[in-house]
Amino acid sequence: MIEARDLSKHYGGKRAVDHLSFTVPPGKVTGFLGPNGAGKSTTMRLLLGLDRADTGSATIDGKPYRDLAEPLRVVGALLEARAVHTGRSAYNHLLILAQTQGLPRRRVEEVIDLVGLHDVARKRAGGFSLGMGQRLGIAAALLGDPAVLVLDEPVNGLDPEAILWLRTLLRRLAAEGRTVFLSSHLMNEMAVTAEHLIVVGRGRLIADCTTQQFIARSSQKSVLVKSPHVRRLAELIAAAGGAAAAAEADELTVTGMPAERIGYLAAREGLEIYGLTPQSATLEEAFIDLTRGSLEYGTPADGTHHRAKEIKA
Amino acid sequence: MTLATAVRPVSAGTGPAARVRFGRLLLAEWTKLRSVRSTIWSLLLLCVLTLGLTALYTALTVSQWDQAGAFHHAQTAADPTALIVGGGLALSQLTVCVLGVLVMASEYSTGSIRASLLAVPTRTPMLLAKSVVFALLIFVVGEAVAFSSFFLGASILHAKAPVAIGDPGVARAVAGAGLYLSVLGLFALAVGALLRHTAAAVTAVIGLVLVLSPLAQLLPGSLGKHVDAYLPSEAGHLITQAHRASGDLLSPWQGFTVFCLWTAALLAAAAWSLNRRDA
Repeated sequence: MIEARDLSKHYGGKRAVDHLSFTVPPGKVTGFLGPNGAGKSTTMRLLLGLDRADTGSATIDGKPYRDLAEPLRVVGALLEARAVHTGRSAYNHLLILAQTQGLPRRRVEEVIDLVGLHDVARKRAGGFSLGMGQRLGIAAALLGDPAVLVLDEPVNGLDPEAILWLRTLLRRLAAEGRTVFLSSHLMNEMAVTAEHLIVVGRGRLIADCTTQQFIARSSQKSVLVKSPHVRRLAELIAAAGGAAAAAEADELTVTGMPAERIGYLAAREGLEIYGLTPQSATLEEAFIDLTRGSLEYGTPADGTHHRAKEIKA
Repeated sequence: MTLATAVRPVSAGTGPAARVRFGRLLLAEWTKLRSVRSTIWSLLLLCVLTLGLTALYTALTVSQWDQAGAFHHAQTAADPTALIVGGGLALSQLTVCVLGVLVMASEYSTGSIRASLLAVPTRTPMLLAKSVVFALLIFVVGEAVAFSSFFLGASILHAKAPVAIGDPGVARAVAGAGLYLSVLGLFALAVGALLRHTAAAVTAVIGLVLVLSPLAQLLPGSLGKHVDAYLPSEAGHLITQAHRASGDLLSPWQGFTVFCLWTAALLAAAAWSLNRRDA
């Protein structure tokens, strides 16, 4: 169980995390979603006691990270930036961490085999590829068999096979009753990995709900209409209170109106329709919709910053 | 504040459990040191430079003996240890400076400091364990190098200026060279921890050790003399001299104490900075 209460942190004049509160329960995979610069990595660094919060507190199983006597046996962490001496072998890196916690060498061998680094374990970590570096980071996180996992962008640099492996592993660890908290800016990855989502933008909480709820509640559903009479249809739909935008020469994207109603309107005027396809929103779309205005480096569509809607489960 | 929260910090960090944990940290820091090449190369360089330079200086002194004047003869004969121990050390001490800086600054340059602090979030014990292990390693290697170079240099110099380890002050000066190197290593480690940047910290340490003293001597009158005497490396260096020079303000052990105080102050600052600053 991870609890963040009223966390804030600024670097220089820039506010990275802005009064953020959330809880990550055990027994499921919780995703931490947000665009680049939203404050995900900073929040994780605050959770792990690497940076000091300006306000608020973060606790793991009720204790601040700094109060944990053998922290790697409680929390396994993977940070976004590399945390390995480039001149040291993967084996020695893990051995050092194991020695600080009183863990046996056998455990080092176990995690090396678990992440598939056996053949390169004695080589200098400086020569590792991004994917191998991630595997080493995951090995370090799993070293102390912790009940809580905090992983910053764990799929970064992993090949598809490794992503599938990691996803399965995280689900299994969560099913064992552990707390699994992972960040990503890849929305589709979250949709298949995380059951619960904590969404942030500009250091603020935007949503704290199940992944399904996030997609369902935050997206505008649209209908794709294929017809030779797009101009006439667009007028009819606008007159009936919907919104239509031309996608192709013979295609319209209609929002604010169900497919049945569009079919009725077209039939009443005797206009041909080739296709009428309801579009279900992807997590990507839901995400962009919700974080519009919270994008650190984005340009708001209408030139003004409107506050993102807040969703609470 | 309730009684429970008021009492809790007192028990933290003491007792047998904390002692066991500190033993683990010593072991981990030893693994850190021995598992990177820079340690082996720096120490190898320390041995080769010290022994090589000692052999070179003493051999040159012997070969140039007849050309040198009576004053030089008297100076060398009065304190052969200064030539034997001081000559090689003057340059080879820089390897210890660089290694000391690297031990801490490389944690920052490679990012491994994050892994280290995740494992030891209270931070100060990590710095303490690192200091203990590093100082012990340099002490052992430093003593070995100092005594080897003494016996090597003394044998080369024997015909012209005989000196034995049993002569007054000699054993203390030779052993003092190892002590000096070990504290110098800690001094550099603390600067590395404070500056976190290898190049900046190496420059700073070399500046403090080699450049500051000539500058201080430029200060007018007794002010320059007093400032110079209390500079870390100048004060520390006194312990490597068998005989106290007539103008020295401090005795060998006083000088060494001054050097230790400088180092302790820097280490305390490093610990404070490590705890206060974001990693």
